[in-house]
Amino acid sequence: MILVVLIGVLFVGGVIAWISERINPDYPRLIALVAVLLDLLLMVILLSGSAGSEAQWLASIDAQWMPRFGISFYLAADGLSGLLLLLTAFLGVIAVGSAWDEIKDRPGFFYFNLLWTLAGVLGVFTALDLFLFFFFWEVMLIPMYFIIAIWGHENKNYAAMKFFLFTQVSGMLMLISILVLAYFHYIQFGTFSFNYHDLLAVSTGGELEMWVMLGFFIAFTTKLPSIPFHSWLPDAHSQAPTAGSVILAGVLLKTGAYGLIRFAVPLFPEASLAFAPVAMTLAAISILYCAKVAFAQSDIKRLIAYTSVSHMGFVTLGIYAWNEQALQGAVMTMLAHGLSAAALFMLAGSLQHRIHTRNMQDMGGFWPKVPHMATVALFFSIAALGMPGLGNFIGEFLALLGAFQSNITLTVISAFGLIFASVYSLWVIQKIFHGEFASTNFDDSQLTDLSRREMVYFGAMMLGLVWMGMYPQTFLDMSAAALGGLLAGSQELVTSVVQN
Amino acid sequence: MLDLIWLLPTFSLLGFLSLVLTAGTLPKRIAAIIGAGSVGLSFAVAVIIAIQFLGSGEEYFVKEVWTWMSVGSLNAGFSFYLDGLSLTMMLVITGIGFLIHLYATGYMDDDPGFSRFFAYMNLFVAAMLMLVLGDNLILLYLGWEGVGLCSYLLIGFWYTNPENGYAARKAFVVTRVGDTSMAIGLFLLFAQLGTLNIQDLMYAAETQWAVGSGLAVAVSLLILGGAVGKSAQLPLQTWLPDAMAGPTPISALIHAATMVTAGVYLVARTHILFELAPTVQLLVAWIGLITLLMAGFTALTQSDIKRILAYSTMSQIGYMFLALGVGAWSASVFHLMTHAFFKALLFLASGTVILSLHHEQNIFKMGGVRKQLPVSFWSFLIGSLALTAFPFTSGYFSKDEILLAALELDGPGLWLWMGGVLGAFFTGLYTFRLFFVVFFGDNKGHEPTQEVGGWNMSWPLFVLMVGALLAGFIGLPLDAVFGGHGEEEHDVSALIHGIMIAAPLLGIGIAYLFYYSKTFSVDKLMASPLAKSLHKFWFSGWGMDALYNWLFVYPFLWLARINKDDLVDKLYAFVVVLSRAAHAMIVKTQTGYLRWYALSVATGLVLILTLGVLL
Repeated sequence: MILVVLIGVLFVGGVIAWISERINPDYPRLIALVAVLLDLLLMVILLSGSAGSEAQWLASIDAQWMPRFGISFYLAADGLSGLLLLLTAFLGVIAVGSAWDEIKDRPGFFYFNLLWTLAGVLGVFTALDLFLFFFFWEVMLIPMYFIIAIWGHENKNYAAMKFFLFTQVSGMLMLISILVLAYFHYIQFGTFSFNYHDLLAVSTGGELEMWVMLGFFIAFTTKLPSIPFHSWLPDAHSQAPTAGSVILAGVLLKTGAYGLIRFAVPLFPEASLAFAPVAMTLAAISILYCAKVAFAQSDIKRLIAYTSVSHMGFVTLGIYAWNEQALQGAVMTMLAHGLSAAALFMLAGSLQHRIHTRNMQDMGGFWPKVPHMATVALFFSIAALGMPGLGNFIGEFLALLGAFQSNITLTVISAFGLIFASVYSLWVIQKIFHGEFASTNFDDSQLTDLSRREMVYFGAMMLGLVWMGMYPQTFLDMSAAALGGLLAGSQELVTSVVQN
Repeated sequence: MLDLIWLLPTFSLLGFLSLVLTAGTLPKRIAAIIGAGSVGLSFAVAVIIAIQFLGSGEEYFVKEVWTWMSVGSLNAGFSFYLDGLSLTMMLVITGIGFLIHLYATGYMDDDPGFSRFFAYMNLFVAAMLMLVLGDNLILLYLGWEGVGLCSYLLIGFWYTNPENGYAARKAFVVTRVGDTSMAIGLFLLFAQLGTLNIQDLMYAAETQWAVGSGLAVAVSLLILGGAVGKSAQLPLQTWLPDAMAGPTPISALIHAATMVTAGVYLVARTHILFELAPTVQLLVAWIGLITLLMAGFTALTQSDIKRILAYSTMSQIGYMFLALGVGAWSASVFHLMTHAFFKALLFLASGTVILSLHHEQNIFKMGGVRKQLPVSFWSFLIGSLALTAFPFTSGYFSKDEILLAALELDGPGLWLWMGGVLGAFFTGLYTFRLFFVVFFGDNKGHEPTQEVGGWNMSWPLFVLMVGALLAGFIGLPLDAVFGGHGEEEHDVSALIHGIMIAAPLLGIGIAYLFYYSKTFSVDKLMASPLAKSLHKFWFSGWGMDALYNWLFVYPFLWLARINKDDLVDKLYAFVVVLSRAAHAMIVKTQTGYLRWYALSVATGLVLILTLGVLL
């Protein structure tokens, strides 16, 4: 039931926020803040209540919806979902915070979209009925489209349409795959079912399994994103308002990774096993190629967007290595990158808010003007390049350590991403904060240091990364049972298939 | 008390945190007390721990503070491992570190970034202690990357000059190449041996791998990659001279006494792997030898006082690698320790010279400052003597051990020894070239009013002078670590000893004739075109920077530039163009004429029917 409340709070909150604008334009942001804080509180209660318990599922609800087609309203959260829910709620608060002063135009509709996107994400992380999953998949897409298209920057319509097309086309492929799966359940068991556990038992067999799996794979790697489906991301990020970027980089991308872990591999263990070298190759290419492209960018948001693709490569690599360390690494990377990338986008946003440019060629020597911002930027850049002691290192190190056991060549190639990451991260710091003060093309009186409110949420994110880096066990323990279950399940299937 | 070993990095870490969180608002005096005091406290604790540990007679001591990560069979804790080796390193880091911090309170006195400087310095000490005390390779890697980060931050400390930023990034990226190699080594070790605890690894490798096995070779090569990056040895040595862009106390602490020797520590710590791979071990010796000679030649051509010392550091670490390569583990660590004293002394003294001469670093614009800068003069004299291995200074004992161990190696031993002696000759030459040019002769227009610095700058120099002279008499507790490879009686002829003592003295003599008495003229020597081009070649560090630029930097920049707009995106743009064209074509069919529609429907029907019949 708690899961329904979690999602419901955001749906209802969104509607109230929209309506409340008529009373006072400052109400929507307050209502949104209350809604996300309430969710965060509920999440903490849910997770702390289940800490230490061995049960795989922390909470679930299964209600009939369309029994004729085997569709039910089935939500459940295990440790893996739990961590991602926590991340979503946390970044939800941050996103509302970062929109606080930025969004003046039609705030009611903005916060409605923000909360509905978040609700969609929570649904995606918990839905165990594939029809319901697809429903939430769409729910998070459309409000995001509006956020980019209405509150975006100079080229917003192009970016929003690109985002929509990429996600929608790949989503259609997934829908087809879901329908095929349900149909095969009908052939093999005589009834339709969209239930995750039922579908785990379905085997389409042969070449078809690969095609059906690819439907999921393409949808998820478009979201993740991975080469060659990544090119919507730089446009979406550079055009989205800051809060949109926070949600995009922090949580929306993670739904792709979650989908791979929860659905793409367990539903098609054999095809995934055969496909793993391809997926890991794509991952390695993503890591290196996008790191290189990132380095070439002068638009700071595009740069961060490309680094996101690069870091997500480690996630794909870890997932398709499919062993305990690699999976844990993938999950830790998702969490840590969620914080670090969101923070970097917020920094870019706060710079843009102040000096109205994202072009790094116009910047330089900002350190003495904005020492707090510079220190914060340095922290998150260092985190992004994988400094031990911070969360990103734990994730990437474990992912590589695990991946090495399954594919040495691709892991070694991917490891070069660590070098590239240091090249672009330090370049950003150099370009913006070091050197002589440059104030071309902007009014430098606008360049003020971070406000107290900004420091609070950057501080919270920094603490989060230090926690993940110094005592990752909190998070590793939380997802251990869930990942262990997934590992064991797919191994059983692979062995049983092989034996047959 | 041994249980409190975790306090060592904690003090510095707290110093770092309090300086960062107050963000430069603390009065300078308080910041200085926190900055230097935290390291001083660490040193005090380190001394107590050392006394207790040595008194206990135990071979090692392990303290697990908390579990860092435990995933499946991977288990890494924040655990500290103390033995003779880490004890030596710990004392060097905190002891010499404290002296340098103290000196820096004077040196950085008028710098607006005073508090930021000490924050970075404290973080460095914490990371360095993690590196040497960590009981597993991941914790070591944490320290390893941490010191690299601090090195980056401190090289680029004066960030307004883009050149400093470039030097800082170069240092970080070049060493990261080595770090990545080391990380891959870690993955391989874990995949093969199932643990990353150092002692367990050593035991497992020894029992499971045969001498010369491919795995041992691969792992030791990968780890060596990390070591050469951090310790500025071939082929990853290019970052160190540029790293001199940082404030001079940094050069003393990070780029002379501690961080750059981390590679030596790493190889010594994992020496069992290298013993299992004799070819790689021999490679270590050759890397050391070639680096020490190349750096020696280059030091001879430099004119920047700090760059000379940087190449000298590179060269001395070459000796340490040479020692590692011939299996003289203890001698290598011994040289590491004595070098920390005399090189820190030389760097700090050069700092005083530079500051007294109003930030002049070119030795040929100094000259004749012996009388005005007495403390620097004596520091340089003693430091230079120790560096050139003048008999009975600290450097003499440690270099002696290394060369004798090289000589005893079967096969290439004699060559390694001769190379090492040649290097010693060059050490004498370049060191005293610097010494004579700076302190004797005519003043070239930089009249120091007086030697800068109060007691906080001069006392560390005095202590280091004593250390540089006498540290050779310290016996390090390394026998248990290296299984009795420690002190060995060397049975060599007087001739060999004579050559080893004479070589640096010859170098000093030639430096005297060229730069003090001016019996010979450098200008005449440099007149020939061969000498000119050779000088240019050595001066540029054997053209390695240019080589790497052409091999890696320029291609990378070129690739980045031509693909700025992301080729993959262009593909999709093509799809869009295509669909727009198709759209335009189809629009043309929407003519609004009924007969046109009727015709197309009919055509379609016929087509479908034909297809249906045919199939």
